[in-house]
This record gives sequence, structure tokens and C-alpha cells, in this order.
Amino acid sequence: MANKLINQMGLPKSIANIFTARNVITAKDALSHTEFELMELLDVGKEEVTSAMAHVSEVVCPPCQTALLLLEQRVRNECMAGHLPTRLKGLDEALCGGIPFGVLTELVGPAGIGKTQFCLKLSLLASMPANCGGLDGRVIYIDVESKFRSKRLIEIGINSFPEIFLKKGMAQEMAGRILILRPTSLSEFAESLHQIKVSLLQQQVKLLIIDSMAALVLGERDCGASRQQALGWHVSFIKSLAEFSRIPVVLTNQVRSQIGDESRMYSFQAAQSRSIIKDNPATYDSHLVAALGINWAHAVTIRLVLEARSGQRFIKLAKSPISPALAFPFKITSSGMVLLDDDGVEMKGPEISTINCQGLSLSSLAVSSAEYFLTKNT
Amino acid sequence: MEVGMLPISASKRGKLLAAGYTTLDAIARASPTHLARDIDVSDSEASEILSLATKASSALERERPNGTHTAVVGGGQTAWDMLNEEKFSSCITTSCVDLDNILGGGIKCKEVTEIGGVPGIGKTQIGIQLAVNVQIPQEYGGLGGKAIYIDTEGSFMVERVLQIAEACIEDMAEYSHQFHKDFQACDVKVHPNNILENIFYFRVCSYTEQIALINYLDKFIMENKDVKIIIVDSVTFHFRQDFDDMALRTRLLSEMALKLMKLAKKFCLAIVMLNQVTTKYVEGSFQLTLALGDSWSHSCTNRIILFWNGNERHAFIDKSPSLKSASAPYSVTTRGIRNSTSSSKRIKMM
Repeated sequence: MANKLINQMGLPKSIANIFTARNVITAKDALSHTEFELMELLDVGKEEVTSAMAHVSEVVCPPCQTALLLLEQRVRNECMAGHLPTRLKGLDEALCGGIPFGVLTELVGPAGIGKTQFCLKLSLLASMPANCGGLDGRVIYIDVESKFRSKRLIEIGINSFPEIFLKKGMAQEMAGRILILRPTSLSEFAESLHQIKVSLLQQQVKLLIIDSMAALVLGERDCGASRQQALGWHVSFIKSLAEFSRIPVVLTNQVRSQIGDESRMYSFQAAQSRSIIKDNPATYDSHLVAALGINWAHAVTIRLVLEARSGQRFIKLAKSPISPALAFPFKITSSGMVLLDDDGVEMKGPEISTINCQGLSLSSLAVSSAEYFLTKNT
Repeated sequence: MEVGMLPISASKRGKLLAAGYTTLDAIARASPTHLARDIDVSDSEASEILSLATKASSALERERPNGTHTAVVGGGQTAWDMLNEEKFSSCITTSCVDLDNILGGGIKCKEVTEIGGVPGIGKTQIGIQLAVNVQIPQEYGGLGGKAIYIDTEGSFMVERVLQIAEACIEDMAEYSHQFHKDFQACDVKVHPNNILENIFYFRVCSYTEQIALINYLDKFIMENKDVKIIIVDSVTFHFRQDFDDMALRTRLLSEMALKLMKLAKKFCLAIVMLNQVTTKYVEGSFQLTLALGDSWSHSCTNRIILFWNGNERHAFIDKSPSLKSASAPYSVTTRGIRNSTSSSKRIKMM
């Protein structure tokens, strides 16, 4: 839309020629100037500029829809009105059916908590046929840290849906629908994204998983502003991909420890609470923070926080426009993630977004996953 | 130089100055043919310049304190007239009593309100609640208008709009049941689908589209006169990436803000812009502040910051020409924005 050519917009010839003469070729070039700047640049009067820009704006402007139209389209065309059920009853209910289509869903948590396990289960669910509750489509799994294990995938399948997976050839067909890509740099990733965009619809891709976004971005050599810009571009691109193809996109993110006093406040709060902080220095929280920054936190639509408190793991709906602030206890079994309580605990306040990692040692996690591989008989 | 005030192109201005026409009076006294010959333009262009100059110079005349004028400058309004307008200006309720109170009744029409906060605090929720509440019929104290929702981030989820719309209709039914028991049960004839139908949705994918849309809204609202609120969610997203030239960004943002302000005044509607946060290094520590910079903070009439106070969500009026700086608690429930539970408990105990 932004790159539409001005001389193809049906403007009167005279003004269209002036635009071209001054090197204002696309709509973006024209709209990146204020009206006064255009008056100076094109050497025409205010009336002419205003009417030309009104015409250009009307052409470039996105189409108008109503909320009712959106709802009807989704109900008519999509599974569960645009949701991928996760088969975790409490979570699906809270998310109005499951992982929503067309928006970014982020999984963030400390290492070893179960993000990749959840992603494996989701890829299975998307590849399963519709009569079994799946999306009957392909899955693109972008595996940056090489954590994808097909054996584990089949194990989850057999344990969760034995009636489907033990049938002859089903496991091969399901696994055959999951395509794994391993980009080693952000630029390679960007290239894959462009290719994915082109073939998304023809190839019937129904789910895109990026595991993990943080590893991709943080592995780049240049830091600071250029990295933020690159991340910004990728976020916009993935969002537009999700929206125009109406598929769910799941991304995983890492955590980092808090640096110093990160209890961020506004200026009007700082004045009030300066005295309070001086009195109790123990207000520094010892928990973790999601990586990739606050811009990223704004950009994702749904954020699922996975954490461990006193040895119990929780999956929390930290940011979701459609769900209440609930936390569900879970554990990882041979059939993937399983909720221990479908009602969930309602969390008040900013606690829903904090990430803890207490009582869970990484070695215990490694042992439990090895057990699963040993129990599978080859 | 007065000639610089005329809305004509730079080259014509240059020609006028070169020909010796430095003041508006000088131009106004010349005849079209003489002007055309002196500055080498066509007769029609010359008469156009002349009419602009006469208009501008008579406006200037009225401003000069030479004691002989009594008429008000064209286009102005006395403060007394404005007072009457302000008294009866409409507000859009937020469905939270405390929030409505600090806002002086609700989000005001003819004003641009900016609402900002950290992710997950409820900005989109407030946006959707306002898009539904603007449609409350006049019998129930609302404006009975339509809403335009400009979505730049893709966070508009139809399922949530449906939930909030249904809850709003239930509340209206309860209100009519309680207060109109004497009359025939006036059933609320509104169906949630009607509410969804009256929300015009635009999905904007780049800052170019955002600017184009704001330009186009003038024409759109002329054709849909019952639009009473425009919600931009969020105004920041596309301006935060992609921009190397910060000065350009500031100019584009201020032009956009001016256009929205004009729309608000011209069509008597409310404009709500949702903004994100960023960190700023001030007085030796990092503080949270709304994004888009210091010059943007001057562009809105009112500025509300949503923040966490302990376990409660609060709204703080950071900047307003008429509202007192205060904060109020609110909560986000399955039915939408409502009073915070602690304040409702207080009311029950009384």
C-alpha cells in the first residue's frame, strides 16, 4: 500500500507530473512530508497540495470493515472461530478456544521449564486432521537452538493420541507435515520469512513456531539501536504475515536477571515513593525479567509466562486482551504439558507478569526428560 | 514580512517581492492586470492573489488597535459562548465510576485524550470499552453514536468486543428494570451484533497508511456523521521503528495531532490515542515515560497514565487544562472496565 506509485492513482496529469519531477514517486514519499514541506518542494499552492494529498490518502488508506464483519468472517471460515485448541482445558477456556489466529503469542520462561515441549505439542495439534480437533495443515518450526527432537515429538503423539498415532502410517504423515528450519543468523531468518510469506497459502501452512526469538536476536553481533531496529522490522513482518494469512504464530523468549534497580516508575510516582524505597531497601525483587525489551512486550498480543515457584510450575496469562489473569499449575509428562488444575488461580496485580525460578534445579529437569527417552522402546 | 503570510507557492512569493510588492496593502491596491503584468502570471492567478491579499489585509486591519474597530476577528468565539458549550458538552462514560469522576464525567468530546501505560495494563480494554459505550442510546445517558477503531498493532480481538458488548446490554437492561419499573418494561432492543456493526475498524500496517487514514477521515466522517469517537490503538507502534530521521518523525506526528484536533473540533467528537511506554534517564535513574518524545507530549489536550499501584490498576491525570491532577482505581473484568473491587466494597459497606 505504501509503495503505490503516485502516477497510477488517477491524479490530474499536471500535478502528477510535478510529483514525478520532484522525485516524489511513491505514496510513502509523499506522505513522509508535511503539507508545508510539499508546498515548498513542489512549488504549488496550498489548495492544490491539500486536494492532491486527500486523493492520495484515499487511495492508500486501508479498507473499512466493521467489527461485525470481522466476527462473521471468522465464525464462517475458521476452526473454532479462529483458535487452535491446546487440549489444556483451563487454558483453552481462558483463551476463548485456544491460541488465537492472526496474532503473536509469546511463551517466556526460564530455561528448561517446558517452552519447547509446549511448542512440540502445538505442532502436533496443528498437523492432526480436523476430525481429531487439529488444523489439518503444515507447520513451519523455526528451530534456532536445535532443540527439536522428532523422537520426543512422536512420543508425545503416541501418549496423547494413541488411537491416531498407532495407526499405520499416521505418525509418518503427521511428522511429515512439520517442516523444521534452522537459520543461523537474523538475515537468514529474514530470507526464510520472505520465502514463507510467498508459499504460505499454497502450502497450507497452519502454524508458525519460532523457537526461540531471543536466541536469534541476541546472537547478533551488533547491539543497541541497530538491533532494536532490526527486531522492530522483524516483528512488523511476522505480525503482517500472521494477519494476512490468519494463522497462529507462537514465539518463545528467554529470560534474563534484573539489572540493579529496575523497579520502573513514572516521574509522578518517583516523587512520592522516593522516601519509601530508602526505608526498605529489600524491595529489590529477585526474580527474572523477559528478554528483548519493552518494545517487544508491547508488540506481542498474548504473553504466556512459564515459571516455577517452590518447586511447582505455573503457566500464567500475563498479557491477553481476551483472558482474565489466571495461573495454572502444570507438569511435563510423557504426553507433553498437562495442567494440574483447570480452574487456575486468579492473580491480582503485576504479579501475573513476574517470572520466578525457585525450587527447580536444571539438573532435575535434565534427568526427567532423559527418563522419557529411555522408556520409549525402539 | 506580510507577503509571507499568503498561502501561495514560493515562486509566486519570490516574484511579488522582486516586483516590489512587499506589503499586503501594496498588492490590494493594485489592479489584476497590472499585477499580472508586473509579476508575469496569468490574469486569473493575479486576481486570486489579489483576493487572498484583500482578505488577509482586512483581517489584519481589524486586529490593529486603532480604536475604530469593534468587530471580533473572524472565526473567533467569546469565552462566554464557550462556557455555554462546555457545560453541555458530551462525555463518554468509561463504565468505572471513579474514573468518570476524575475525568469530569467521562472522555470529553471535542478533545484529544492520550492514554498510555505498560503492556497489559488495560489500554486496549479501555479503547474497546469506549467504542462500545459511545453507542449507549441517549435514553440511557449515552451519545448513541458510532465508533472508529484504528488498529495499528493487531490487538483488537473481536471475541473481547462481543463479551463487552453483551455485558453493556445486560447493564442497560438492569438499569431500565430498576429505574423504569412503573413504565412498561422497556426492553433494550439492542443486540450485541448491532453494537459490533457500529464499530468501524481500520487495520493500519505502516506509518504511511496511518497518515493517509487520518487525512481520509475528514471525508469518511462527512459521510458517517454519527461517528462520535475515534480510537487509535496505538499511535506509537509504527512510529517507533523505521525512523532514522527523528526530526521528520516529530514533524509528521505534530501534523497528525493537529489534523486530529481539527477533526475533533469540527465534528464534535472525542479522540482517544493509546500510547506505549519507554524508559528515560532522568535525575540519575531510569524512569518510565510515555513514548514518542517530549514534543509529542504537547500535542494532546489531556494525558492519562495507567499504572500499577500495589495490586490495583490506577489511572492518573498527568496533564489537563481543566481537570485536577488525581488518580483513580479501576479494574478489568470479564464484563469490561469496571470499578475496582476495593472501592465497590467500600460503597457496599456504607
